[in-house]
Amino acid sequence: MKKRILNLAVALGAALLASTQVSASTLDDVKQKGFLQCGVSQGVAGFSIPDAEGKWTGFDVDICRAVAAAIFNDPTKVKFTPLSAKDRFTALQSGEIDLLSRTTTWTMSRDTAMGFMFPATTYYDGQGFMVRKSLGVDSALKLDGAAVCAATGTTTELNLADYFKAHGMKYQGVAIEDSTQLRQAYDEGRCDVLTTEQSILYSQRSSLKQPDDHVVLPEIVSKEPLGPMVRQGDIGWFNIVKWTAFAMLNAEELGITQANVEEMKASTNPEIQRVLGVKNADGTAPGFGPGIGLDEQWAAFIVKGVGNYSEIFERNLGAQSPLKVKRGVNALWKDGGFQYAPPIR
Amino acid sequence: MVLATYVRDLEAPKLPPPSNLKSIRHHLRENYFSSLGSGAMTVVLGSLLLWLAWRIVGFAIIDAVWTGTSSEACVSTDGTVIGACWPVVSQKFGQWIYGFYPVAERWRINICAVAFVAGLVPMLTPSVPYKMVNVVYLLVVFPLAAFVLLTGGNFDLSPGSYAGVVCLALLVAASLPLLIFGVDEGTSRNSLGLALAGAAFILWGASFISQVDFTVFGVSLDSGLLSVASGCVSLWVILSDSVGRRSRALRFWSVGIVALLASMLLLDIDFGLVPVETAQWGGLTVTLVVSITGIAASLPLGILLALGRQSNMPAIRIMSVGFIEFVRGVPLITVLFMASVMLPLFLPPGMNFDKLLRALVGVALFSSAYMAEVVRGGLQAVPKGQYEGATALGLSYWQMMAKIILPQALKISIPNIVSNFIVLFKDTTLVLIIGLFDLLAMAQTGLRDAAWASPVTASTGYLAIALIYWAFCFSMSRYAIYTERRLHTGHKR
Repeated sequence: MKKRILNLAVALGAALLASTQVSASTLDDVKQKGFLQCGVSQGVAGFSIPDAEGKWTGFDVDICRAVAAAIFNDPTKVKFTPLSAKDRFTALQSGEIDLLSRTTTWTMSRDTAMGFMFPATTYYDGQGFMVRKSLGVDSALKLDGAAVCAATGTTTELNLADYFKAHGMKYQGVAIEDSTQLRQAYDEGRCDVLTTEQSILYSQRSSLKQPDDHVVLPEIVSKEPLGPMVRQGDIGWFNIVKWTAFAMLNAEELGITQANVEEMKASTNPEIQRVLGVKNADGTAPGFGPGIGLDEQWAAFIVKGVGNYSEIFERNLGAQSPLKVKRGVNALWKDGGFQYAPPIR
Repeated sequence: MVLATYVRDLEAPKLPPPSNLKSIRHHLRENYFSSLGSGAMTVVLGSLLLWLAWRIVGFAIIDAVWTGTSSEACVSTDGTVIGACWPVVSQKFGQWIYGFYPVAERWRINICAVAFVAGLVPMLTPSVPYKMVNVVYLLVVFPLAAFVLLTGGNFDLSPGSYAGVVCLALLVAASLPLLIFGVDEGTSRNSLGLALAGAAFILWGASFISQVDFTVFGVSLDSGLLSVASGCVSLWVILSDSVGRRSRALRFWSVGIVALLASMLLLDIDFGLVPVETAQWGGLTVTLVVSITGIAASLPLGILLALGRQSNMPAIRIMSVGFIEFVRGVPLITVLFMASVMLPLFLPPGMNFDKLLRALVGVALFSSAYMAEVVRGGLQAVPKGQYEGATALGLSYWQMMAKIILPQALKISIPNIVSNFIVLFKDTTLVLIIGLFDLLAMAQTGLRDAAWASPVTASTGYLAIALIYWAFCFSMSRYAIYTERRLHTGHKR
């Protein structure tokens, strides 16, 4: 009888353990599943949006594909979970997705208290201004006395007030709730300036009656660093996502593109050789990929799969897209932007 | 000669001709310009309507753009007014209908749609015979076939699950003698079978909770073994009696078990279809899957709940009332939100319920609570004499409900039942909350496409979507009116 009870207790304990056991490594899970489960937005032009065949495209989507390429040498081994702004954190926390790449702003509370980590900033966004070209304004500092359209109840309204106060300027606020109505109000001339996140300003501009008559001013008045997000507690996975982003920046810096990545493997530049995982001069492997649990050629897989940073930017947001977003602060550090990746060595 | 005073000596005044025989002019004067106020109202409202119609026609047809390959076609460069941008609809239409379903596999959805219409149209046409066959097709054959076709089937059921179903069916067989011979005689004839079944239940429950296999005399004592023994005894009891052999209960039981095993086999077979997970479904497909499942599940569930609420048995009544009042007390959006945000936190990591399944269960339970109240309204409208008459005829509870009460109650409730269906159909747009892309969500996403960005893209898209929803809801409501007229047997209210 005693033994029976003991058996029961052990069995119950085992059942409990089995159900609360958290898997040790996201990378192992992903490898075992054979695909990466990536959370994206439910449709933001340029960042994640389904194309005519229902295939997800966009800047955030390509970050997911890059991580999949680094792991599997196949950028198609991703499944996308479109998430609303409310759902996104639960989905990551509960393990429904492995990686969140959904125009999420890096903030302290998200990074610390909420139990997430931001491996890298892939897109420096911030509140910007759009004006009519006919106004002849080339800087936000010349907007004194302007009528400004902003969305109600958002931080954009507060940032707007701060910015104008700090520079001793006056403005007349036109507050509108819905983003479509906001655009229409601006288009009908109810205000001189439209303000919201710069990445959204560009897509708003393409929906105006005469997109070419409007210009997005260069100033950014708030910090909205956007990037992928992972769960806290799995540093190996954090490193993989972080260095996937850095590898794309390094590739751009070194001129490695999707088209020339195979030829570049023959390059004698030691930096390029290290990035692409080509053997060292003494015949030993560089070992950066295996160091984070990936193949020696992980970075070459990324570039071959989705391209370098510049390529995914231009394809989804920049010159080759209808949005025509300028690189601006997202240019490489040597071109005067913020994008700076530590070297691979 | 003097006629009696009660005999009329004057001709009765002539009645005006029936209104449908009058001239248009007369009709207009009578109904629209009968007084100064009414005339003014007609002019004001009429011109407003005309203006609105003119604006809509102008936007949707006259100023509309019909061809083009990108948003450039819909952006005016010389200041001319541009109406609806129809190319964006034709470009995105496939996505609206099929969502993310792989293009090469879209034929599967088409076949399902054709099969559904082929079953629904004869069902809804009263003059077509074989309604029973039709019901079986719509409620059993079609859902199974559609499920296999849409998901790809090939579920790799283990031999254990077949064995489990057989064991369960054998356990159910133990109760058959009770139905055939009555409770008392059935119990005494099949006492051994019932005892074995009870033992199997207890053993199964105990081993499930404790995860320990029980052994007696070194032989593993399996609940499956017990249920097989119980089933054999019960079947022998039935088959050894000529009444039992010819009983309907036995026939239903054997048809049921064969159907169950056949459908399991259907899910198990590899038809060579590419599996398509529900995450890839979307658009009108998801809207229809959710709403049709909701409609099909909510009516029977709602009837049962309504009957439960009026039941004399306290346990059933309290449970029904509790469920109905709880569900009606929370908005659908909360139910879905709970299912999407809270549920994953309670489940062990890595364990995920299918999102579509969550939506289906949520929507079906939600609308069944509302349906229950609609049906209860109908039940209460049936005069008490009908209940008493049925009881006086010696009908059992279920006979009374099925043959006397429900036909009347449901007929009275048709308008409300259909408006419930329509509400359910439109409520499916809320599944976006849990990341499912129904028709509206799919369209909204498509309209954000920068390649089609123009000032009229959004308005065109919403106009088209509104037309699609309207077509479905309007046809449902027209069919309901038709049914109401057909079942109308007197007492016009």
